[in-house]
Amino acid sequence: MYKIAVMGDYDSIYGFAAVGLDTYPLSDEKEAEKQLHQLVLAQYAVIYITEEWAAKIPHAIDKYKDQILPAIIQIPGVSGNTGKGVENVKKFVETAVGSDILFSNNK
Amino acid sequence: MASTQVNPTRMELTRQKNKLKTAVRGHKLLKDKRDELMRQFLDLVRENMELRLKVEAGIRSANTNFVIAKAGMSEPTLKTALMTPKQEVYLEVDKKNVMSVDIPVLEYKTRTADANDIYSYGFAFTSSDLDGAVKSLADVLPDMLKLAESEKACQLMSAEIEKTRRRVNALEHVIIPEAQENIKYISMKLGENERSSQIRLMKVKDMMLEETHHYKEKAHERAMENS
Repeated sequence: MYKIAVMGDYDSIYGFAAVGLDTYPLSDEKEAEKQLHQLVLAQYAVIYITEEWAAKIPHAIDKYKDQILPAIIQIPGVSGNTGKGVENVKKFVETAVGSDILFSNNK
Repeated sequence: MASTQVNPTRMELTRQKNKLKTAVRGHKLLKDKRDELMRQFLDLVRENMELRLKVEAGIRSANTNFVIAKAGMSEPTLKTALMTPKQEVYLEVDKKNVMSVDIPVLEYKTRTADANDIYSYGFAFTSSDLDGAVKSLADVLPDMLKLAESEKACQLMSAEIEKTRRRVNALEHVIIPEAQENIKYISMKLGENERSSQIRLMKVKDMMLEETHHYKEKAHERAMENS
């Protein structure tokens, strides 16, 4: 049985608790990395993290990118959409194809 | 090219020929794998993009709703209201193999079947905006899980495609030409050796005949007699 976690600043994520996800408010970067590693060990299959916080701990997130679990997914926070999530998808295309052939013209 | 390193022997020739055969076969298979992965990946990534835009829009509007809800009530009340969630979401994770890439298949289960269990508070002290906000978030949740699934799949597949592409290129541009070059070099060298030993034998034969029959001396004598 796997669980789902949401990480980010408190204001962005408190609502997710109501729908049944586990929320982990973050306050500083070191702690955030530690928290992420702990969540992976604690059998979370999906970890949503706000884009701002994902940008602060890219190395910790990269560590899990070749593993089948967990899926670390960026979501926009309350302060707005930084476009990092969409950029990520474009990056997948770039890695696979060599250049972004799908989404390069529609910004 | 790099043909300086190979020994021009028949054994090496056989080895190089086998290597070429394996490389050509491997190249074909990997190329097929790459093409199929690419086809599936492009479908998936398009779907992923759509889902992502949908989810991001959903979360944005949910966040707006939460901000409004928060404005309408005091922070302690809000915290208390969301402190003890009734609903819980669990995931069943299965694996699907797509062209040797394991991608996760997520299936989610809620602890209770009742859709109203997302409201973990009494309605007396909270604003109705909060209900709307929670509901809007609950509505994006299925899409969020689908997004998690497809985004992870895209991530894994793009890494695999890159790896496969490199292998295909290495085989196509390095391993196969090298083996061909080596085979050519060895067969030329072997042919050269064959001819040189042939010539050597002919020379030796001439010398041996000369030694037994003394053609040259006899011809010389004959010439002297005639003059």
